[in-house]
Amino acid sequence: MDETIHAEGLIKRFGATVALNGVDLSVRRGSVLGLLGPNGAGKTTAVRILATLIGPDAGTASVEGFDVQRAPHEVRRRLGLTGQYASVDEKLTGRENLILIGRLLGVPRRAARARADELLADFDLRDAAHRPVQTYSGGMRRRLDLAASLVGHPSVLFLDEPTTGLDPRARMDLWNLVRRLVAQGTTVLLTTQYLDEADALADELVVIDQGRVIARGTSEELKARIGAQTLELYAESEADLPTLAELVENVAGRTPEVDGLRVMVPVTDSSVLTEVVRALDDAGIAVGELMLRRPSLDDVFLSLTGRSVDADTTGESATESAS
Amino acid sequence: MRAEQQQSSRSRVRLMDGTSQTLTLAWRTLLQLRRNPWEMADFSLQPILFLVLFLYVFGGAVAGSTAAYLDFMLPGVLVMNLVFVTVYVGHGLNTDLTRGVFDRFRTLPIARWSPLAGRILADMVKQAWCIVLLLFVGFLLGFRPTESLAWIPVLIALLLVFALAMSWVMVLVGVLSKDPEHVQLFGFTALFPVTFISNVYVPVETMPPVLQMVVHANPVSLLAEASRGLLNGGPVLEPALWSLVWAAIIMAIFAPLSVWALNRRLARS
Repeated sequence: MDETIHAEGLIKRFGATVALNGVDLSVRRGSVLGLLGPNGAGKTTAVRILATLIGPDAGTASVEGFDVQRAPHEVRRRLGLTGQYASVDEKLTGRENLILIGRLLGVPRRAARARADELLADFDLRDAAHRPVQTYSGGMRRRLDLAASLVGHPSVLFLDEPTTGLDPRARMDLWNLVRRLVAQGTTVLLTTQYLDEADALADELVVIDQGRVIARGTSEELKARIGAQTLELYAESEADLPTLAELVENVAGRTPEVDGLRVMVPVTDSSVLTEVVRALDDAGIAVGELMLRRPSLDDVFLSLTGRSVDADTTGESATESAS
Repeated sequence: MRAEQQQSSRSRVRLMDGTSQTLTLAWRTLLQLRRNPWEMADFSLQPILFLVLFLYVFGGAVAGSTAAYLDFMLPGVLVMNLVFVTVYVGHGLNTDLTRGVFDRFRTLPIARWSPLAGRILADMVKQAWCIVLLLFVGFLLGFRPTESLAWIPVLIALLLVFALAMSWVMVLVGVLSKDPEHVQLFGFTALFPVTFISNVYVPVETMPPVLQMVVHANPVSLLAEASRGLLNGGPVLEPALWSLVWAAIIMAIFAPLSVWALNRRLARS
């Protein structure tokens, strides 16, 4: 099997905190692995080990067949890293940053400039090329970060929460850039706490929580494992909500979750859909929207950990106090 | 032999590549100045302001005339300013560490030592610029060295050796500080007494005996004395040698300590 990233039994402690507690990873050439988990789950630690920034306390990892501890230089020659930490110099212009990295990689001056201009054009940063990075918007900044990690044409790309803090439009832009790189054959390890992001980009998912892998498989496989479907309907007015919730509870046999005008409940049998329609009809209530959908990754995470991904801050403090 | 060669070319960066990476990184630090005029003003205008203020406020009282005071003070101000300019090493390093620029460099296949070396090298260039600038401003204010101008390169070299040693102290401060502001705070609170309890501004004879001992031992005084000697005559060899001994001691303690602290900080992030 053509395995580009391989990690086995990674353990990393920071003082009393166990950041990674025996993590195995495997990424096929040209595929995208999504490392999914709340803040403090150990995603970033895993990436930092694979990117040769820190050594594991136990376990082994290799990138393109080179051991991250015994041949870190070889690993560095093949990797690109984009994350909240591996950043660019805010005082230099975008172009200067890219030239700097090219020069550090041993690219001759003229070629380094050409590569910088090529990346600036590719990443839609040509107009901002001569402005200091500190004047960039969040989206521009991330695009430059990504461009900076691509100067040396890496075959392996680590994207550590690449879209955290971006607006939806900038996120889409970045996703498209990542898809393009994958189409060109780049192997990607992506960490994210956004389930839709993992769903949109990753071929395979590894869910980690408190330093351990708690599930792995394709997005479809993970959803299938939960089994249940979710019945979701939107009330037309707030006044309908109590009746609607009661009606849904009677049909589904479970108390639904109400969020704004949305009423949601997990169901096992798709026949509830017709039952609900009938009950609505009998009660004479009109709804804005009614659907039966497969569980989102949010639901997957909730059922795997008992916690919602949105509760990531509590998740983090739980990790810290638990260890 | 061949296997060994292959091994070293594979897993290590050749010295020449490391040197060129260091030069590139030094270039980057100096390039930042263009985008950050305040830092430039900080280490160009501030010493000039110091020089002019002290000269006209204290000159008459301390030395009888501003001209005489300029002769006395200018060499000392060179040293004082040098100590303060080293703060930028710590400040810049800390900014790189906290903002993630340092980690970016560490993921690149470059020599492990080049980011630090590049920063210190850039600092040496800033230091040289400051020395030349202050000598020039001094000249405009009426400072005329009595010794041969051929000593000026020797003076600059001596000052840079001490600056190099002090840079290592600031590397440690940069590594240990939480954020760049703390580096600056330390720079000004800790370095102010070090430069002030010296013979930079006033002759040491008027101070209490205990303080005189401190002042005599202070490398800032020794370096100021050597600088005076090189520009206007007086003892050179002894104070110069003692300040080099100080530089060697500082470097011997702080270089390994800083590298150790840096690696520790990096391993824990």
